[in-house]
Amino acid sequence: MKFASLTTLLMGSTVLVGSVAVASAQDVTLTIESWRNDDLAIWQEQLIPAFEEANPGINVVFSPSAPTEYNAALNAKLDAGSAGDLITCRPFDASLELFNKGQLADLSDLPGMENFSDVAKSAWQTDDGSATFCVPMASVIHGFIYNKDAFEELGLEVPQTEEEFFAVLDKIKEDGTYIPMAMGTKDLWEAATMGYQNIGPNYWKGEEGRLALIQGEQKLTDPQWVEPYETLARWSDYLGDGFEAQSYPDSQNLFTLGRAAIYPAGSWEISVFNEQADFEMGAFPPPVKAEGDTCYISDHTDIAIGLNAASPNAEAAKTFLSWVASPEFAKIYANALPGFFSLSSTPVEMEDPLAKEFVSWRGQCESTIRSTYQILSRGTPNLENETWVASANVINGTETPEEAAQRLQEGLESWYEPQQK
Amino acid sequence: MEFASSRKKPIRWHIAVFLAPAVFVYTTVMILPLFGTLQFSLFRPSLVGQAFVGLDNFRTLLGDPRWSASFWNALWNNTWFFIIHMLVQNPIGVLLAALLSSPRLRLRGFYRTAIFVPTILSFVIVGFVWKLLLSPIWGVAPGLLDLVGLKGLFAPWLGKEEYALTTLGLISVWQFVGIPMMLIYAALLAIPDEILEAAECDGITGMGQFWKIKLPLILPSIGIISVLTFVGNFNAFDLIYTTQGALAGPNFSTDILGTFLYRTFFGFQLQTGDPNMGATIASMMFFIILIGVCLYLFVIQTRLRRYQF
Repeated sequence: MKFASLTTLLMGSTVLVGSVAVASAQDVTLTIESWRNDDLAIWQEQLIPAFEEANPGINVVFSPSAPTEYNAALNAKLDAGSAGDLITCRPFDASLELFNKGQLADLSDLPGMENFSDVAKSAWQTDDGSATFCVPMASVIHGFIYNKDAFEELGLEVPQTEEEFFAVLDKIKEDGTYIPMAMGTKDLWEAATMGYQNIGPNYWKGEEGRLALIQGEQKLTDPQWVEPYETLARWSDYLGDGFEAQSYPDSQNLFTLGRAAIYPAGSWEISVFNEQADFEMGAFPPPVKAEGDTCYISDHTDIAIGLNAASPNAEAAKTFLSWVASPEFAKIYANALPGFFSLSSTPVEMEDPLAKEFVSWRGQCESTIRSTYQILSRGTPNLENETWVASANVINGTETPEEAAQRLQEGLESWYEPQQK
Repeated sequence: MEFASSRKKPIRWHIAVFLAPAVFVYTTVMILPLFGTLQFSLFRPSLVGQAFVGLDNFRTLLGDPRWSASFWNALWNNTWFFIIHMLVQNPIGVLLAALLSSPRLRLRGFYRTAIFVPTILSFVIVGFVWKLLLSPIWGVAPGLLDLVGLKGLFAPWLGKEEYALTTLGLISVWQFVGIPMMLIYAALLAIPDEILEAAECDGITGMGQFWKIKLPLILPSIGIISVLTFVGNFNAFDLIYTTQGALAGPNFSTDILGTFLYRTFFGFQLQTGDPNMGATIASMMFFIILIGVCLYLFVIQTRLRRYQF
């Protein structure tokens, strides 16, 4: 009796083990490393089921960690060989370093890569653009969100040119019901990101100026780089009382509570604003200098996904990455997260009106990325951080645009060779 | 005593045994990291790992125009932060202690607790609460000033280069005034009644008694408090970081050695961390504090002893 039951048990377990082995021979499980723990539900409920349905035999697990810990945790896991098959890529140097260490695979020939423009890929390429190591997922676009009700109430038109923009601000200020623009300088990055990098591309002509700066053909003291600071300095008249001590959440709340009319924005605000504001919102791109000028927008590449070079499931992972590069993924992702726009060249159908408005500018304007992100922030002093301080100073009136530009240029020249000529 | 010492002394193992845990823990978590940091500041990363560069990092920190500008700015801000504490926190602490020790004061326990409570609050709470209080948009500060007709005096203090650091200094004073108060209070209570009675017999009462009798007797406590303030201020970081962020805005006007170290060591936003230069700054902080404490020990404290009984 005892013997029989033992045999049954053994046989049973053999069958069990056998079936597991059979299953694993067919199924591959891919693990995604990510810092986007906010997106866990979207991955589990929408993206992964859609992929698994189309590709039976490949299972995907999304395993995010906290944003602030991501870089350190990922590096440790990659060094120890325990990282997942797919790696969510930060833009520029952080990912480039992983590629240079041989921890991210070269994906230049991945089917689907042709769906992305060079600007979209620039954040995950080697400096010479010869190798691409992550599939671009999403970007954020800068512009201005405005309170439609307030504009109607005051009889205002959406401004196209800078002159009209300041005329609108003057009218709102004169009327006095609304604070013309909700922005503060306390957190510094607001002034640089929503200010300088928002309006700047119109002055330095997007990619043209950005690349010229990297090649050392233009300097930060050139007029096209100083003028955005001059415009920013004029903003201070239209910001709320005590904007020097106004923080980023303060600005968001001022706008969503309906106390301010215009909000210099990044598209990532859309989902938050949709929830909090109970008035209708519209958006307009950064106004151009003169009517008919080409407009440029900051369409900043923010998130991508790459392949762990040490992954044993490289084939399955590449299938997944090709799917990420497909229009199908783009559609689900862009609609689940309005404000994070697909970088794919094929236009994506979106439902959110505000997100649609933002993305429509891609058709009318030239896209570029933030000027300080590629290469120029590798040294000390760090150009991006210095730009934060300079933008806030200029709006606060404690530094003139020329002085600020001069200081930034000197800082950049001190370590960046192409600028030393 | 004579009886005990005449015998052969046994080796007192228990002293070593009882000291061991503390020595071990202190060595691993304080002394080793300290020497590790000092050592780190003498190296730079090179192609083959860390290379010894002698005092080059210190030369960069003090010689390079950009590094030295940041360093001296942080050091001066730190000094100003310390001056505010010495001029505001400690005199107020002494005053509060003197009032508390007055025998006619009622509800003494309540005041003592109320003034001490902010000390045990987290920096994050203190920073956040004060940021809200002083906020030009939601804060109560503009409204309160308006009530007494002084709205014109309000400014977005935390956002103005000229006021931000002083404002933060005063917030820190508000938080920590309880510590000098408690120490001085204890020192005042420890003064023997006979001395005070003798003073009264000689006709020294009231304010005169405080200045001529009590103050000289609590000077050693004030000295200790000054050293604690000095060490605390030059190690400060949390309050600035929680209210102004790692870039210590506006325009680095609130940048102190702690935030400068943090930014350099760990990096910030697109800036990658530079542990070697960070260790160099940390070593400078250590030397500054060491010099300050030595000055106190060898110059001031030796003179203070004469007043003791």
